[in-house]
Order: sequence, then structure tokens, then C-alpha cells
Amino acid sequence: MLEQHLLSALIFLPLIGAVIVMLVPGRAGVAASASAHADTSTGSNRSAWLVTFIVAALELVLGAQAWLRFRPGVAGFQLREMAAWLPTFGISYDVGVDGLGLLLILLTVLLTFLCVVYSGTLRHRSKEYMVFLLVLETAMVGVFAALDLVLFYVFWEVVLIPMYFLIGIWGHERRIYAAVKFFLFTFVGSVLMLVGIVFVIVQTGSSSLVALTTSGTEAATRLAGLPAQQLLLLYWAFALAFMIKVPMFPFHTWLPDAHVEAPTAGSVLLAGVLLKMGVYGFLRFCLPMFSNQMHETAPIFLALAVIAVVYGAIVAAVQPDMKKLVAYTSVSHMGIVMLGVFSFHPTGMTGAILQSINHGISTGMLFFLVGMLYDRRHTREIAAFGGIRRVLPVLSAVFLVAAFSSAALPLTNGFVGEFLVLQGIYLSAFSGPLYAAGGALGMVLSAVYMLWLFQRAFCGPVVHEANRALPDLSIREKVVLVPLVALVFWFGCYVTPWVRALGGGLGASGILKVQVASRQDKLPTPEPQEGVR
Amino acid sequence: MTGALVQLRTAGLVWAIPCLPLLGFLAWTFTGGRLLKLFGEKTGKRIVGGLATALVLASFVLSILVLLDLLGHEPERRRSVVPLLPFVGDVPWISVDTVQVYFRGLVDPLSMLMCLIVTGVGGLIHLYATGYMAHDKDYPRFFAYFNLFIFAMLTLVLAESILLMFVGWEGVGLCSYLLISFWYEDMDNAKAGNKAFIVNRVGDLGFALGIMAILATFGTFSFHTADGKGFLDLASQKLTANGALTAGTASLIAALLFIGACGKSAQFPLHIWLPDAMAGPTPVSALIHAATMVTAGVVMVSRMSVLFVQAPAVMTAVAVVGLFTAIFAATIALTQTDIKKVLAYSTVSQLGFMFLGCGAGAFAAGMFHVTTHAFFKALLFLGAGSVIHSLNGEQDMRRMGGLARYVRGTYWTMIAGWAAISGFPGLAGFWSKDAILGFAAGVSGIGMALYVVGTITAFITGLYMTRLIAATFWSSPRFDEQATHPHESPPSMLFPLGVLALLSIVGGLVGTPWANRVEHFLETSLPSASLFAPHEGVPVVAGLVIGGLVAVVAMAAGAMLYGSRRAIESESRNAFAVGARHLWYVDSAATATFVRGGGRFATILWKAVDQGIVDRLVNAVAFVAGLLSEIGRGLQTGYVRVYLTTMLAGLVVMLLWAFMLAGAK
Repeated sequence: MLEQHLLSALIFLPLIGAVIVMLVPGRAGVAASASAHADTSTGSNRSAWLVTFIVAALELVLGAQAWLRFRPGVAGFQLREMAAWLPTFGISYDVGVDGLGLLLILLTVLLTFLCVVYSGTLRHRSKEYMVFLLVLETAMVGVFAALDLVLFYVFWEVVLIPMYFLIGIWGHERRIYAAVKFFLFTFVGSVLMLVGIVFVIVQTGSSSLVALTTSGTEAATRLAGLPAQQLLLLYWAFALAFMIKVPMFPFHTWLPDAHVEAPTAGSVLLAGVLLKMGVYGFLRFCLPMFSNQMHETAPIFLALAVIAVVYGAIVAAVQPDMKKLVAYTSVSHMGIVMLGVFSFHPTGMTGAILQSINHGISTGMLFFLVGMLYDRRHTREIAAFGGIRRVLPVLSAVFLVAAFSSAALPLTNGFVGEFLVLQGIYLSAFSGPLYAAGGALGMVLSAVYMLWLFQRAFCGPVVHEANRALPDLSIREKVVLVPLVALVFWFGCYVTPWVRALGGGLGASGILKVQVASRQDKLPTPEPQEGVR
Repeated sequence: MTGALVQLRTAGLVWAIPCLPLLGFLAWTFTGGRLLKLFGEKTGKRIVGGLATALVLASFVLSILVLLDLLGHEPERRRSVVPLLPFVGDVPWISVDTVQVYFRGLVDPLSMLMCLIVTGVGGLIHLYATGYMAHDKDYPRFFAYFNLFIFAMLTLVLAESILLMFVGWEGVGLCSYLLISFWYEDMDNAKAGNKAFIVNRVGDLGFALGIMAILATFGTFSFHTADGKGFLDLASQKLTANGALTAGTASLIAALLFIGACGKSAQFPLHIWLPDAMAGPTPVSALIHAATMVTAGVVMVSRMSVLFVQAPAVMTAVAVVGLFTAIFAATIALTQTDIKKVLAYSTVSQLGFMFLGCGAGAFAAGMFHVTTHAFFKALLFLGAGSVIHSLNGEQDMRRMGGLARYVRGTYWTMIAGWAAISGFPGLAGFWSKDAILGFAAGVSGIGMALYVVGTITAFITGLYMTRLIAATFWSSPRFDEQATHPHESPPSMLFPLGVLALLSIVGGLVGTPWANRVEHFLETSLPSASLFAPHEGVPVVAGLVIGGLVAVVAMAAGAMLYGSRRAIESESRNAFAVGARHLWYVDSAATATFVRGGGRFATILWKAVDQGIVDRLVNAVAFVAGLLSEIGRGLQTGYVRVYLTTMLAGLVVMLLWAFMLAGAK
């Protein structure tokens, strides 16, 4: 049973979990103030967390199962499940993964699990919080597994709702403004995409991604047969939705607000997973469906991406708020990812996918760390810290790892992704060395903002009395951070297994088939020795 | 010759050369604190410091074994590619489409020479540091970083491909950052660390683009391969992956790589980080910022010699930038009063000499100077550290003087270093500097100018070094002899000084013009000679005589100028001295432009542009485009309802649009 429905299990287990959590006895609705010892008085928070924890852990197991069942290097979608849904409109429940989808699902279940672990100390309405986290997980996994346009759209929209509430209820001072802004921005994009989807269905009679992107099928032929202008409009309808989600300059302004106001888990999932949905959209839908349009408009996107890299990094450097600083670095890093996508070069696009994962790891780590500092001091102002390296040696060391991973130091994950993107950009006929140089500026600027942040927050003498006796990482916090540190170096030193998963190319279209060295590749044998006695 | 790779019997040992220090890094990071608790502070430190040193010396021994094996082959066949990963086999680091990189090492004369310097001099400095850092509370962290540096530096010099070299290159930058800001509780140290890393990153931007250009041109990152398709193999035959290598392409690559070299090796205008880097503990200055890391640029340029010689304009630039940096930094060294700052500018200046050699096509001479400089500059820094140690941390030469009778061992070894760097006849610096100046004179067109300016710089070198020695050791003390009792350093610090002093005296004899073993040894690694043969512009004997005379005169003149007790305290008011004392205003200009100006620009970009324009504009567009202004107000009442309403509105709009489009067909 599970064998055939692995992906469905991955998608809907958290939803079932959410229902169970809701059924857990305990206080619902508005709880007392955040400082109230809600869990000790009722115990409901604790059991709600426990259920969530078990579900999230099971998700990890299912994710690993999917990884083991997945056959790398095989073209097309795997673990596919199909069922009729709205046959009149040609809409079906159709899920499956290729390397891209699988990697993003793995990232999702991992980050969600770590978020659940981290949120175990939450004291404010934690039951509802857990429900929203689980609903969010269902939606996120669904986005990366859906192969039907309408199904994809449903998951895409559902993602908004729990995230909206996570920001709006558990956020900081300006949470309502941030939540509404986040909602409106992404929703505007979504509506455009919905228009596009409906139009595609009306014109081609199919909402199946596989049908639409397999050349020779009726749907694909009809799509390709549309007038160029309509195709371009359609492309923009999708592209705008994805641009806002990534977010690309100039649509990035929702991101700093949302990140700063969101609770830690919200920021981690926002940066780690939600932004990747935009990249995923470009690769999964735009590239195979509107290949020509995407190529034609590449100069616009490349230019915007380079602007984002430089602009995001410069603005990040001067943020007085730690969390906002990290948020702006996302703008910069996602610029690198988009450069890779629009290089249309296998090296660059592989780099873009890897960098998407890497960004989830490094930025996720940074948001966790900033959250941990916030838990200790209840402020995100860089100026409120200073000299805490002596007080928090382990946290500081982990922060350095995250900082250098973000600054793309070789042998960390950040370098592998970023270098591949830049090399791809350099080689690509669509971009070339100048774009590579622009993107590489991010290398310098990332060192500026990360090291300057580290200097101001962690180095120097301890200036505030409040910082003198902060506790270093707890066991719980270590459990959250250690897997991420391990991944930083795993990706940094041995990325091949992940690349191999991408070897089959992107879905049905077979775009981006990548050559990966097999283990049989040995050192070239030197010529036989002469003169050895 | 190209493509010939030999199989070494010691191939299975090479991985351990970098990995032993890496092991040390992991050990001290994860168990250092526990060891100190377990064995007590004193014993624990001995164990950590002793083992850290032993690991580096073990790498030194392994390097010698591999070198002996390499020497067993005919000179032109001394080149081998070996795996650097133990146990797991030859697993690729990155293997994506065109990008194929393995953890493999290239064993050849150049890499082995550098291995010996890094592990040999490095081992001595480790030993010295066990004494120098003995009272530091972060002792294990220091040796963790120190061992990590050796690992990174060995990766840099042993790398088989340019991308793996970049790993080491950035790795040493990381260690440099970590060690400069080692005493991070002083904000100035943290700032100096940042400056070093960021300025280096500017150079690395060039390096990284150069690497990309190499892959685009040659289709590989590997220097040499068995089938002769490594990019240096191809370049030495003036080939690319599919065609002929043009001077334009070679120039582009060489220029980009040279930007990287300028960053790491502190060449003008990217030199500004190195003097600040003296904020780190003195063993760090000796190992990283004098003997090894800062010479990485020279090593890299030498490794790429076949590309550089095909880019004549870039070669000229290398020579000119090198020489300008040499004289520029030498004048500053003449005016500084911090003993480590003098040595820092001296290092910048000497690195300039090395690039002058490379720019003249005499890569072997440049590498020879890398070698001798490693001896005498490490010695001078360690000696300065010993002086600072004896005065409980005093670095200002105005509060030194007369130390010769307090710290005799340090004094006499420093004398050897002073004579060696000044180019006293017969000593290490004499031979290597002479070789560089001789070849510089041979550069067509500007050779004589290079030679004359270079000789003037050599003269200034003698002056400022004599000034340093005089101010520190000669005359009578300017510190309070009642309050301060300078003490000689422990044997763990004096022994390395003695060994380095010996090397500074005799170490140059391997490269005399009559029996230039260094040049012959390096030939295999510098195949550029077949494309471009540098020649000496002055007769050998005349060059040696002039060089020797200049050194002796400079030292004598320095002794007269700076021998008096108060000489160091007098500040000349002439424009030249004022300019030099203010570092020729390069640092202040850079700070004003990039730090303050950049900060202001960034703030404007954030407040005025991002919040003021982009945010508002996009907000406005978003509202209009989505026809959501109405619903936007409604948002305050009920979120879910609004959500549904919006969806409905969207649906209506979209359907209308869909029909319109469909009708337009």
C-alpha cells in the first residue's frame, strides 16, 4: 500500500497529523499571555508538540524512503501516482518527482523537522502553531510533487494560508503589516498564474504537465501552436508569479518585512523552502512549456538577477537588524540562483538547483541562529550584542560556519553552487563573462556583510551587561544545528550523490541531462615506469 | 616532455602531507579544551602544542621522502599526479557537466619545494609558538587554526587543478582571517581580520573569473594530465581545447589571475591589508604574513608561467606593479616606528621583488627569492616576536633600544636576518635579489630602468633594516630599566631562530650564478622557458659586485644615520617623509571611499531607493494590478472571507481575459 502511495503519504501525512493535533485535548483559541506557563498548567502544548514531532520525523523517514526508491539518472518522473479528479476539465490528481522535485522535498521535510524540534519551547498558542506548521508541510511537499497544473495551483495557494497566520499571530511588532504585504504580493502573482493555467486548459484541453511538455502529444502540439503573442503573455503570467516568489528585484520588498516579522520557524521555511518555489516554477513550468519565450526574455531576467545580487548585498550590509540583514542576503543569493536558471547551460542550471538547496541550508541556519540569539536577548539589533563570542563559543563557531557557507567559501556548500552558476554563466551563449563578473561581485560583498555582522555582534569586548551570562547552545539547539552543519560540509566536499539524482534531467522534457562521473573513473594511468630497479 | 607523468613509489604517502595537519585541526577543535581539563593546564598545553608541531614535522619528513623519490627520476620526467583522498578512492569533488574536479595532487619540483618550505619553516614556527603562546587562554584554538593553515597551504601548493588550488587559496585566506582576529576581544584585531579577508576577496574575484576563463578556453581545470591535455600542457603548445591560443586570450587569463595574485601577495593597491594583519600573534605574522601565504601569488604566477609568457603586456604589468610596490613599500618601511609594521612593509616590498622577477620571465629567480625570503623574513619576525616577548608586549621601537645585551641569542640571530635581507655578500638574500635584478635588467626596453629602480630599492632595504636593528638593539635603552627587565626567550623559541639564522646565511648557496641548483631543479615546473628565455641584462660578476656594494654601503649609511639613541624619535618634516609616514595616503583614501563612502551609499540605497522608491512603487503597482484596493481595505475584517472573495474576483478577471485572448485569435 505504502509502496504505491509513497508520495501521497509524504504529502498528506502532515495534514492527518494536523487533524490529530487539533483533536489533542487542551486549550484552543486565544491563550494567555506569552509568559504564562500554559504547558505546565494543561499539558496540551506538550502533547501537541509530541504528535507534531512524530509526524515530522515520520516525514523524514518517508523522505529517506523516497530517496532510496528513486533511481537516479533515469529520465522522466518517478514514484508517480495518478487518479481522476475533475475529468470533465481534464484535471487529475497527478504526482511524481524527478531529481529536482525530490531534492526540494527532502529539503522541505528536513527543515520542517528541524523547525518542529526548535519550536518545542514555544509557549504561546503552540497547538495552533503546530497545526499550521503541518498544514504548511503538506502544501510545500505538494507543490514540489504536483504534476497537474490545477493541483499545483491548489498547493501553491494553500502554502500562503498557514504562512500568513504564522507571521500574523506569532510574528513580532509589525506582524500584521508584514503578513498582509506578504499575502498580497504573492497573491497578485498567483492570480496571474491562475489566469494562465485556466487559459492553458481552455486552449489545450489538458492540465497535465507531462502531456503539455512531452513533445508530440496533442496538448503539447496545441500549446506550441498558439500565436506567439499569446504564448508570451502566458509566459509572463507564470513568470511574474514566480518572480514575486523568488523574489526577483524589484519585487523583493515583501521579503525583508515578512522575514523580520515572522517567527523563527516561519523565517526558516520562508527562506529555505518558499523562495525555492519560485525557482522551481521557472524550471518546472516555464522552461519546458515556454522555452522560446524564456530564452527571448532572458536578458531582462539576467539583468534583474545581477542587480539583485549586488543591490541585495549592498543593502544587507548596512542593516541594523540582524534578521533583516539575513533577509536581504536572500535577495542577493536568489539573484545568483536566477542567474543560473537563465544561463540555460547545464553547469549553470545544475548550480542553480544546488544553490537553491544550499541557500535553504545556510540561510536556514542563519535564521535559526538569529532566532536563538533573539530567544536569549529578545532583540535583533546588532548593536545590542557585541563580544558574545567569548560568552557563546559554540554558537559563535556555528555562526562562523554559516557565515562562510553564505560567503561561498570552498569546501562549504555555498561555493559549489555559486561556482557552478558563475561558471555556467561564463560559458553560456546567453550571458557570458560580463554577467559572470557581475554575479561574482556577490562573492566580495557577501564577505563584507557577513564578516561585518560577525565583527559587530560577536567580536570586541562585551559591552552590555545583559550579554555577560548568556547560556551557550542547549541540547535542543544543537540537535537543530548539527545536521545543517553536516550538510554544509557534505555538499561542500562531496556533492556527487545529489548531482546524480539530477542526472535524469528535468521531468518529461529531459532538459538538463547532466554528465556525472561514475565511480569507475580512475586516475589516468601513467605510462609504465622505466628505469626502476 | 608534456604529458609525461611518472608513477611514484611514494604516491601512497602524499595524501598524508596535507591530511596530518588537518587531523590536528579536528583534534584541537573538538578535544583541545577537554585535553587541557584532563591533563591540567600546563601539561595539556604541552600535549596540544607538541603534537601540533609533531604533525607538521611529520608532514615535513613525508615531503622529504616524496622529494627523494621524485629526484630518482630524470629531471624532465619529475611530474606525477596522485590522489589526495585517503581510503575512499579517487572520488570526485565536483562532477557536473563541464566541471570535473578531483582531490588530486601534482607532485613536481615546484610543489615539493613549497611543501618543504611550508612544513619546514612552518614546523619551526609551530615550535616557536608553543613557547610564545604558552600563556594564552585560547591555546588549543590557536593550534587548531595554525594546523588548519598548514593544511590549506599544502592544498594550495599540491593541487593538481586550478580549482583545487583555489580551495587552498581561499582556505589560507580563512585561516589568515581567523588568526589575525585571534584576539578578537580587541575590536581593532577583528577589523584587521575583516580587512584582510575582504581585500583578498577582491583579488579572488579576479582569480575566480580567471579560473572560469581557463575552463572556457581549455575545457579543463587540470594543470597536467597523462594524455597531455592539461591546460598547461595545451598552453605550452600554444593550443586551446579546440584551436590555437591567441595572445588576447592568454592575456585575459593572465591578467585576471594576476589580480588574484595581487590580493594574496599584497601588491599595490591591494597591499593595504597586510600591514594591518600584524594585529595577529607574531608567529602568525611570521608564518602566514611573511614566509608562506603571502608568497602564494608568486607560486601561482610561476605555476601559470606558460600562460603569462604568452601575454607580454601582462608580463610588463607584473614587473612594473612588482617594482612599484617594492619601492613604494620600502619608503614606508623607512618611516614606521612599530617594529612589526616595518617588517610588514618590508614583506610587501620583498614580494614586489619576487613579482619583478616573474615579470622579467625569471620565474625560477622569483621562486628562489620566495625560498630565501621565507628563511630570513620568518627569522626577522620571530626575532621581533622574541623582542616583543622580552618587553612584555612592547612593539614601539621608540621604547626599545640597547637590547643587544639583554637578549643576546635573539640579537645575533637577528643580525643574520638583517644581513641576509639587506643582501650582504654571500648571504641568502644576496643571491636571490641579484638574480632578480639581473634578469630585470634584461627586459627589453625598460630593463635598465627596472634595474636602477630595483637597485635603489635594495639600497632602501638596507637602510630601513639597519634602522630597525639600531633602534632595537643598539645604543642604550629608551624604556624604563627599573620597571622593565627584558628576559631572553625560552629555548623553544630560540632554537627555531638559530635554525633560520643558519638557513639565512647559507641557504642562498643553492642558487649561485655558477651552480644554480634551484633553477635546474625547478625547470620541469616552469616549462615557459621553452617559449620565452629571460636573460641577464648585466654581466654576472658586475651585478654581484654592484649588489654587494649597495648592501654594504646601505648598512653602513644606516648605521651612521640611525645609530644614535634619539634617531628613531626624530621625525623629518620634509614632504617625502610625511607622505611615507602616512602610508602615502592610500589607506585613508581607501577607507574614505569604500568604508565610509560605501556605507553611506549603501544606506542611501536602502532608505531612499529600496524603501522610498522600489517598495512604494511596487506596492502601488501590486494594488492596482490586482484590483485589490477595494479588498485591501476589507482585509481588516475577516481574512478567510477576503481570501475567497479575492479568488473569485481573480477568477472573473481571468476568465474575461481568457475569452478576450481566445477571441483575438
